[in-house]
Formats: sequence, C-alpha cells, structure tokens
Amino acid sequence: MSGQSVGVVHSQRAHFAQPLLLHSGGVVPAYDLVYETYGTLNAAKSNAILVCHALSGHHHVAGHYAEQPENVGWWDNIVGPGRPLDTDRFFVVGVNNLGGCHGSTGPSSLNPATGKPWGADFPIVAVSDWVHAQARLADLLGIDSWAAVIGGSLGGMQALHWSISYPERIRNAIVIAAAPKLSAQNIAFNDVARQAILTDPDFHGGHYYEHHTRPTRGLRLARMLGHITYLSDDQMDGKFGRELRNGSFSFDFDVEFEVESYLRYQGDKFAGYFDANTYLLMTKALDYFDPAHENDGNLTATLACSRANFLIISFTTDWRFTSARSKEIVAALLANGRDVTYAEIDLNFGHDSFLMQDAHYHGVIDAWLRNIKL
Amino acid sequence: MTHIQNRPDFDVIAGWIEPGDKVLDLGCGDGSLLRHLIDNRGVRGWGVEIDDDNVLAAIKNGINIIQGNLEKGLDEFADQTFDHVVLSRTLQTVHHTEAILREMLRVGREAVLSFPNFAYWKNLRSVLDGRMPVSEDLPYQWYDSPNVRFFTLLDFEALCRQMGFLIRERKVLDEHGEAVDSDDARDLNFLGSLAVYRLTQQL
Repeated sequence: MSGQSVGVVHSQRAHFAQPLLLHSGGVVPAYDLVYETYGTLNAAKSNAILVCHALSGHHHVAGHYAEQPENVGWWDNIVGPGRPLDTDRFFVVGVNNLGGCHGSTGPSSLNPATGKPWGADFPIVAVSDWVHAQARLADLLGIDSWAAVIGGSLGGMQALHWSISYPERIRNAIVIAAAPKLSAQNIAFNDVARQAILTDPDFHGGHYYEHHTRPTRGLRLARMLGHITYLSDDQMDGKFGRELRNGSFSFDFDVEFEVESYLRYQGDKFAGYFDANTYLLMTKALDYFDPAHENDGNLTATLACSRANFLIISFTTDWRFTSARSKEIVAALLANGRDVTYAEIDLNFGHDSFLMQDAHYHGVIDAWLRNIKL
Repeated sequence: MTHIQNRPDFDVIAGWIEPGDKVLDLGCGDGSLLRHLIDNRGVRGWGVEIDDDNVLAAIKNGINIIQGNLEKGLDEFADQTFDHVVLSRTLQTVHHTEAILREMLRVGREAVLSFPNFAYWKNLRSVLDGRMPVSEDLPYQWYDSPNVRFFTLLDFEALCRQMGFLIRERKVLDEHGEAVDSDDARDLNFLGSLAVYRLTQQL
C-alpha cells in the first residue's frame, strides 16, 4: 500500500441543541454527532474534505485507536500522508450520520421525551437530512466550504446531494459507485432485508432494547443478502467456487459449501455490532433518495444549481449500482456544462470495489485531487 | 515550423476554434490537444477516451475526461451541447463510421476531423512496390495497426455528400506537416498525407 496510515486517532462528539426538521416531517429535537478528523485545517480553512459513509459505515474512516490497534478505519487505504486523501495537504473529516449506531444520535439513543431508547419512534432520516446535519458540523468546525465531499454508494449520494443543497459550500464532489436514485431491483433487495428484521420475533416492533434482546437473526439474514449483492459473481466463484468444507456432501442442511460458511460468518459478525433499527433507517434513506423527484424526475434541472466540479467513478463489475447509473449523473452534469470527469474502473469486487486498494482506482482519485485548488 | 507535440493537425484545429468555445475531443488520449486549446485559446473542454492509462494521464493534465467507447455512441451528451466536436486521427480506427459522424454533429454544431490519407502518393507507391505503407501519418505495420478503415480524401468527401454534411473547410498537409495547396481535389488527394476538415449539417 502506498502512503502511510494516519496512525492513532480519536473520536470527538459534537452536540447540536437546535432541532433538525427532517425531510419526513419529523423532528429531532437535539442530537449528537460523533466524528473524527485527520490532518490539519489550514488558516484559510479551505482544505477540508468530508468523507460520507455508506450503509454500514461510520465516523472511524482511518487510522486506529490507541487502545484498539486492530480497529482500523473502514477506508484507511485512501486516507493518510501520501495517500489520495493526503493528510499532509487535506483536513479530512469523517462523521457518523444521524440515525447511526456508532455514537451519533440514533434509534438506540435515549428519547428525551420518554427517557427510553427511541427504537422505532426515531424519525425516518433522509440523505438530505444527513447533509443538513453535516452542514451544522461544518459550521462548528469553521468550514465555510468543503474543498471536496467524497463518498461511495450511499456516501456518494450524500456528496451529490451536497452540491444540490449547498452549492456554495462544496467546491468538488467525488461520487463513487452511486446512482441518482434506486431501481426497483435495488428497492426490492432492501425490502427483503427489512422484512428479515421486521419479522424477527425479537424485533418487538423496534422496541427490542426494552426487552433486552436484539433481532440478530433478521439482521444476520439482511446482511447476508446485502453482502451477496455487493460482490461480483466472478469474485465469489473465484473465492469459493463449489468448495466444500468437509470435502464431500453430507446430505443435510448444515454448512457445507465454503460460500455458506463465509456468508454466515459475515452475517454473524455484522449482527453482533450493528443496530437493526439503524439498518432499517439506512435502507429507507437509500430507497427514498431521488433528488430529481421534485423536478418531475429531471436530474439535469435538479443539478442546474450545483457549482461543484465532479469526479464520478463506477466499477465494471458492480451490478448493484451499475456504470449506467453513474452515467446518468454524468449526463445531467454535462447537460449543465459542469466540469466533470468520469472513470469506469475495471475491478472485480462488485459494488464493494469502492473500498478496495487498487493502483489505478486510487491513482485516478489522487491525480484528480492534486489538481483541485485550495 | 514547429508544431504542438509534432501534431501539425492540432495547429489547424486550434485555428478554427474561438475563445470561449465548448469543445469535445473524442479519443483525446492524454488530453494534449484540449490542454493546448484551454491554455492558448481559452476554450472549455471535455474529452472522451477509452484507455485507462490515457484517462489517468488526462486527469493529471487537468482535463475533464469521460471514459467511454466511441463505438457505443455518445449517449451521455445531449444534442448540440458543444461548439466543436473533434476527432483527430481516430476516424480510421472506428468501425461505426457513419454512426460516429452522425453523433458528432448531433452533440456539436461543428465536427472537426483529421485523418491519414491512404491515397497519398508515397502510400500508393508503397502499395505498387508490393508493401503496405508505413509513414509519419501511418506509423504502423499492417499486423499491429489500430486502423480498421482505409479511405482517401475523395472517399471521405463522397461520404459527407451522401450523409448530407457540408464541408466548410479543408486543410491538407504533407508528411512534414506543411500545407498542400491546390484547387483540384484530385491533386490534394495525391499530394496530401493528412487531411483536416470542418463539417456542419447542411443549412
């Protein structure tokens, strides 16, 4: 891996006492956001990059904690001195979104009105709500405009929405493996995942905290399904093929194929730390995301207000958000005469490619960021 | 005479483009032409390129680059988005000749093309001597050439007429990049190694 890690990092917490009116009509009366920063904000406060996380991500983007050296940030390979998000040049901010389960206010936080966890009463949050909450964090940090906002998948949607909600506060946007809205197939996958959680007997209508239990079976299934859609067929075949754990068929329903073992492991691991209500919220935020909806589906008109320069990246093996979906964004930006670059990266890791370390992929982001003015 | 990157057609193309124009360069390589046009002619530029290394080089050059395959059309570009759509030394490598020409004049007001002329006398002599031509403008052996269409100035002009395109200007260069002048298209066809054209739709 080129460049270096940012090393030991620590999380910070910001409290926002002003209520946030949400897209759904709901209100979060007050909230906390946990975040991390890497690098140094320059005197002009012009070198800040916001990293937006996807469905299961959080604020711990890079580095590791002093007391937990094995807990490395989820996008560590791209952040650090000499890496594309070069902390010798940029001040990089990672934040756990509202509704999350890694420290920011979310369904497992206490509802001040009841003194009990919000659970299912936590209002539905939208991508635009996250952007507004992130804008308040930017205010707190003294950042008038981001040098860049970057994200993959759901994170890319936030970067795109920044250019619509706050065109004057984002100078560059990097939108990776995203789409301007979900397809019916995307929504269908999300709904199966939600049904797995909602029908788990331990779900208790979302108030499982009070029952001192968690719908881990549902969450596990949701993650297993999601995980399949994040990988490519070729990749799974190459990694597991039809390999059997014990060499021969056992003619029962236990774990036999290696791919089953892998998926169950991934499901168990995820269900062990992630909150099911947050999973539900995140998938709804994905489903509802459609900034062009208010312009009769005209994405070009929706992006007419944006002022940012764009780097759009897709992956050839991503069948969850295909290259064609990224090109819809490219087309709308071109129709507006925006400065836009589009790279289609040939990487074999499906939707998850955006998290991978690849010389060409990272080279593209590195080269593009080197040319932005601070 | 010195030319940009030894590309005399770039000088001709640059001369046809006005400051502030919006230019799309198809098969733009590392973006050298666009970089030149942006720096010296004050244009706004975008390029289309398929090759990963060229895409990266163009990004390093600070060019807006859209990775894509010209053979599949220009779907991401709306009608009449650009003042000029450039295809330099690339038409002979494209299978879908008519489709790309139509697309150029769909997304742009004016198409600017350069291509090697297979009827250049040295090329003809080479064939008469029994070997396929290899020259400054046709720098490949037959077995490693990216070229898939072999045509002459007169062939190209006939196709333009057939497709209803207006040839607004034509510059013909010899293999040293020097302009070749003649009123007779057949003489140019014989004397020119590289041709550069400006096309629009018929008015």
